[in-house]
Amino acid sequence: MGKIRPEDLEKIRERMARTINMREGDARARVTVHMGTCGIAAGARKIMSTLMDLVEERGIDDVVVTTSGCAGLCSREPMLTVELKGEAPVKYVDMDEDKTKSIFSEHIISGKVVKEYALAIGSERVG
Amino acid sequence: MKSYRTNVMLCGGTGCVSNGAFKIKDALERELKKHNLENEVGVIMTGCNGFCAQGPVAVVKPDEIFYQLLKEEDAAHIVEEHFLKGRPVKELLYTPPAEKSPVPKMSDIGFFSKQRLIALRNRGMIDPEQIDEYIGRDGYKALAKVLTSMKSEEVIQEVSDSGLRGRGGAGFPTGRKWESRRKDPRTPKYIVCNADEGDPGAFMDRSIVEADPHSVIEGMIIGAYVVGASKGYVYIRMEYPLAVKRMRLAIEQAREYGLLGEDIFGTGFDFDIDIFQGAGAFVCGETTALVSSIEGRIPEPRQRPPRTTLWGKPVVINNVETWANVPAIINRGAKWFSSIGTETSKGTKVFSLAGDINNAGLVEVPMGITLREIVFDIGGGIPKGMEFKAVQTGGPSGGVIPASQLDLPVDYEQLNAAGSMMGSGGMIIMSRKSCMVDVARYFLEFLNDESCGKCTPCREGSGEMLRILERICQGEGRPEDLDTLEELGEAIREASLCGLGQSLPNPVLSSLEHFRDEYEAHINDKKCPAGVCKALITFTIDKEKCKGCRLCAKNCPQEAISGEAKEPHTIDQDKCIKCGVCLDACKFDAVLVA
Ligand SMILES: Cc1cc2nc3c(=O)[nH]c(=O)nc-3n(C[C@H](O)[C@H](O)[C@H](O)COP(=O)(O)O)c2cc1C
Repeated sequence: MGKIRPEDLEKIRERMARTINMREGDARARVTVHMGTCGIAAGARKIMSTLMDLVEERGIDDVVVTTSGCAGLCSREPMLTVELKGEAPVKYVDMDEDKTKSIFSEHIISGKVVKEYALAIGSERVG
Repeated sequence: MKSYRTNVMLCGGTGCVSNGAFKIKDALERELKKHNLENEVGVIMTGCNGFCAQGPVAVVKPDEIFYQLLKEEDAAHIVEEHFLKGRPVKELLYTPPAEKSPVPKMSDIGFFSKQRLIALRNRGMIDPEQIDEYIGRDGYKALAKVLTSMKSEEVIQEVSDSGLRGRGGAGFPTGRKWESRRKDPRTPKYIVCNADEGDPGAFMDRSIVEADPHSVIEGMIIGAYVVGASKGYVYIRMEYPLAVKRMRLAIEQAREYGLLGEDIFGTGFDFDIDIFQGAGAFVCGETTALVSSIEGRIPEPRQRPPRTTLWGKPVVINNVETWANVPAIINRGAKWFSSIGTETSKGTKVFSLAGDINNAGLVEVPMGITLREIVFDIGGGIPKGMEFKAVQTGGPSGGVIPASQLDLPVDYEQLNAAGSMMGSGGMIIMSRKSCMVDVARYFLEFLNDESCGKCTPCREGSGEMLRILERICQGEGRPEDLDTLEELGEAIREASLCGLGQSLPNPVLSSLEHFRDEYEAHINDKKCPAGVCKALITFTIDKEKCKGCRLCAKNCPQEAISGEAKEPHTIDQDKCIKCGVCLDACKFDAVLVA
């Protein structure tokens, strides 16, 4: 990029938005892939890379993708938790690449819970 | 552009770098590759995070997990546990001194939660070596606004209304300074950023330049447009190689984007910046000495003409932090800025905390915050729960503020009224282990050394004050010395040419005011109550408390301690050099200092 004009700042900001939002953490949606030993053995890495590719391909800049430990239901791994801002988290079980793709378009992008893959809505009480 | 799901914001400030931050970066990247995570997790070197006491530190975004005291060897564990499996590594989290369990999130740690970042708004959030990251967080937006839609008068009005005052020491209203230079008909005009920062223990300006050089550059370009300047200098000391490197890179990147040079943003405005490296003397930070230095002459202060000039032309000199505040004021408005702070002092101030304090580091706080909040809530108090004695604010030529004034709200006027000053923001915290006479002697030694020698009151006066203080610490003080110190102090303050001399007596006069009894104990009783001045103390062993464990004897470098195991020991006063090693070694508080 050579010399820029005031209007180019906006273009650079757009280009940087995802990088910056990922650091600020106040995203519209948060997707957690459970990466306990059980999750990894069941293929959670593949789910993660599918998600990362989707985010990249579609230029999404307001979705945080993160990992957490085993969710306690090892027989149903790989698992995914989707949490839209202001809504209860939804846990999906027995994930594969295709299910991940449909959850991505329907729930994460369009805001509709994919009931057939969902295990539960809400989190367990802590303490 | 490729972006990561997880960003490891690894502190790349001078402190963490000297503790191996770059090695940790390499190790993390190696481990990430091993687990095929290099496209998912990025390691970003940021500027100073501020929590220097716990360095090297890193913050993992977006979850804000704060890691401390990192070592190269920790990389494998962090990558596998946290970045692969999503489980933060407990052992590397921070546990506040008074608590038992670690606090994983940065925003829950007291050191960070009471801070308010304006000048340091991008610290730890961006890679300072990438201009796009600065732009991504609204960088150069204020400049675009100023150049395309604001008249000089409007910008000055905004800066004046914001209440911004110089952060380099004197607290002069920035808008008023700009207005006087704008009206000056002489050309060309110059802009200078004062990044000399000569106070021992201070690193505010270095950190701003290292963490966010573009914020300073953007402020300078706005200032240049307002007064009609065509050339700017960042005056920075050679001892700051990392800051110089990042500033140089930032200037090059800004030039590439046409934000410096000719026809900025295509608006026809020309301005460029060069770095001027000073050799690093305290007096070089003083305005008139600084311009002499840039002009290629000996950096001695001059009798101030009504206004300082550079090569006989108008110049605006502002401090690093002052410049860094400017874009934020333009973006968010004078009203917002002036809503923070006190009646006379608006916005925030960056302080460096050093000395006897748990959380040594760099903090930015709203004006009006109390010293107590800074020292205890943010600073975490004194190590080992020791008693707080005083804080020296305003650098070496500031003054000490005693415990009785801990609830003082920090602003320019309040600090002056307390016999100290804001200065550039160095804070040195002292516990009962500090001898106030010795501290005053230390600062005077520094100031006497840094006195340029041009004017007699400063040159000779500082030397005379130092000799008296040394004498008192040696136990050879005379009763009339205290009056002489006060008299000398007044004279030096009145008669010196520049701010260095005018403020030089402060540490002595303020400690005399608040801790006169300590001076008197040295002179009249030949005692140093804090147990610091070697000529006035003896180390002995309490026979009742001594368990005869031999630990002190083993550690004594002089072999001055004798005694059988399980029998009380004794110290041979002829051999003792009063180093205090035995005091630190003893587990039974049996070593006495008096
Ligand atoms: C001995 C001495 C040293 C100084 N050192 C510095 C310094 O390192 N950095 C700085 O910004 N101002 C320093 N100052 C204050 C400057 O003279 C000047 O007031 C300041 O740079 C103006 O900028 P400001 O209005 O933004 O604070 C020093 C003053 C004196 C008397």
